Amino acid sequence: MALQSLDIQRRSATTTPQPGARNPVEVAKLIDVTTCIGCKACQVSCSEWNDIRAEVGSNIGVYDNPIDLDAKAWTVMRYSEVEENGKLEWLIRKDGCMHCSDPGCLKSCPSPGAIIQFKNGIVDFHQENCIGCGYCVTGCPFNVPRISKDDGKAYKCSLCSDRVAAGQEPSCVKTCPTGAISFGSKADMKEVAARRIANLKERGYANAGLYDPPGVGGTHVMYVLHHADRPELYAGLPKDPSISPLVGLWKGVAKPLATLALAGVALGSLFHYVVKGPNEISKEIEDEIEKEDAQ
Amino acid sequence: MIRDPKDLQRYTASERANHWVVGICFILLALSGLAFFHPAFFPLSQFFGGPVWARILHPFIGVVLTISFLGLFFRFWKLNRIGAADREWLSRVGEMVNGDDHGMPEQGKYNGGQKVMFWALAVCVLLLFVSGILLWRAYFSFPVDAVRLGAVVHAAAAALMIGFILVHVYAAIWVKGTIRAMWYGTVTRAWAKQHHRGWYRQVTGK
Ligand code: HEM
Ligand code: SF4
Repeated sequence: MALQSLDIQRRSATTTPQPGARNPVEVAKLIDVTTCIGCKACQVSCSEWNDIRAEVGSNIGVYDNPIDLDAKAWTVMRYSEVEENGKLEWLIRKDGCMHCSDPGCLKSCPSPGAIIQFKNGIVDFHQENCIGCGYCVTGCPFNVPRISKDDGKAYKCSLCSDRVAAGQEPSCVKTCPTGAISFGSKADMKEVAARRIANLKERGYANAGLYDPPGVGGTHVMYVLHHADRPELYAGLPKDPSISPLVGLWKGVAKPLATLALAGVALGSLFHYVVKGPNEISKEIEDEIEKEDAQ
Repeated sequence: MIRDPKDLQRYTASERANHWVVGICFILLALSGLAFFHPAFFPLSQFFGGPVWARILHPFIGVVLTISFLGLFFRFWKLNRIGAADREWLSRVGEMVNGDDHGMPEQGKYNGGQKVMFWALAVCVLLLFVSGILLWRAYFSFPVDAVRLGAVVHAAAAALMIGFILVHVYAAIWVKGTIRAMWYGTVTRAWAKQHHRGWYRQVTGK
């Protein structure tokens, strides 16, 4: 095992159990959108720590920069201007992998060990096993993974699995100057969120709440939202995300059943031959042809 | 090379070559595709120099298959129109499978089963091509819902096509004297008279 302190929960395209003697605590990153000022320090720290930098794009008239996630931009701030209660609100959401408990990427991946879900909840891409098919992109309900144009591998936020393994918090958490990002056990983070939500409700945000969507089994990146009843306001954060039923169908029991059916056809053919014998030309017709030739 | 000069020519050299190109592409596609289909088959990717190569090569081979299949399609579609005699044959296919073809209705160049196989494979190739393009992320980027649907269709059509081809190949092995039609293009008169009497009479004038 590469990272001894990160025990494995699930491994892509693997049908046998994972090493599971130890039970580390589930972690989570809590992003308090109501405290974020959109300074992008977390974006910079992500690019610093991971030594990645997306190609410089062009300004399209909004603060989003880079304007989308990329193989070399694992987190981006998304700025939405909305009008609520007759007031302009500037909603700024740090977008990136949600580290789902039920990850659509891992479910879709055909390559053994290219995607690992650690027992602490982190979903990590191991690029050395990635074949570049892009099935993770197809499976993800949050549109997170990106295939690199340079090496054809899939990349996304690792929740700084390297730092977490060494007992440190992710680099974005460490950097945030307003304390809008916290990191700890998932249970603790829910408590921190609850306190903040109570506070927001007192201040008039009646719909303030935690985003920890049950459709994907909960996530290990959670948001505190002022308008938790309408997450779409935050640059299209899905209201009730889940793995698409099409992906469920594609990766479900149909394939083992189809495999059995194909084995049945192959074996059925073999035994048909053994039981019925070959379909040979009948003696009668051979004789007819011979007679014709003799004439 | 001439064997019995009275053998009947069933396929020209270019028809046979066309068929083999399709057949080889199919085998390569099935092996590389199955590698992504289910983890149990993942080791098949080693035939292609590893899983990354299998992923890179598969769609290109798919394009070659589609183009060469079109060649077969336009050569043979007219001969595969299904008529009353075919429906009769199909309704009694149980007797055939049971190993007793004596009561089967007379068939032309292709019997009802072969014709159904022809159209089933044509539909599979069409579905595989369209859905395969949707899945081809190295060069295309379609809306994710289309890709998801494509993934389901591609996997389903591939499984069906592999099943059909197993039957297709087994039928050729089961009916003795058939495979040579794909090797060197001829069949014996007795073979033709037994299995495709209509065609036999047409080419021999008897
Ligand atoms: C006709 C053109 C075809 C194209 C363009 C195509 C393309 C693709 C692509 C892009 C993938 C995803 C993996 C990858 O990137 O390599 C794939 C998967 C696959 N292909 Fe094809 N393919 C074609 C034909 C076929 C055929 C004829 C078969 C029949 C055996 C086949 C069987 C498969 C299977 C079994 C998979 C895995 C599906 C899954 O993961 O559920 N493909 N194909
Ligand atoms: S957000 Fe997407 S990439 Fe991240 S774990 Fe969930 S499915 Fe995978």
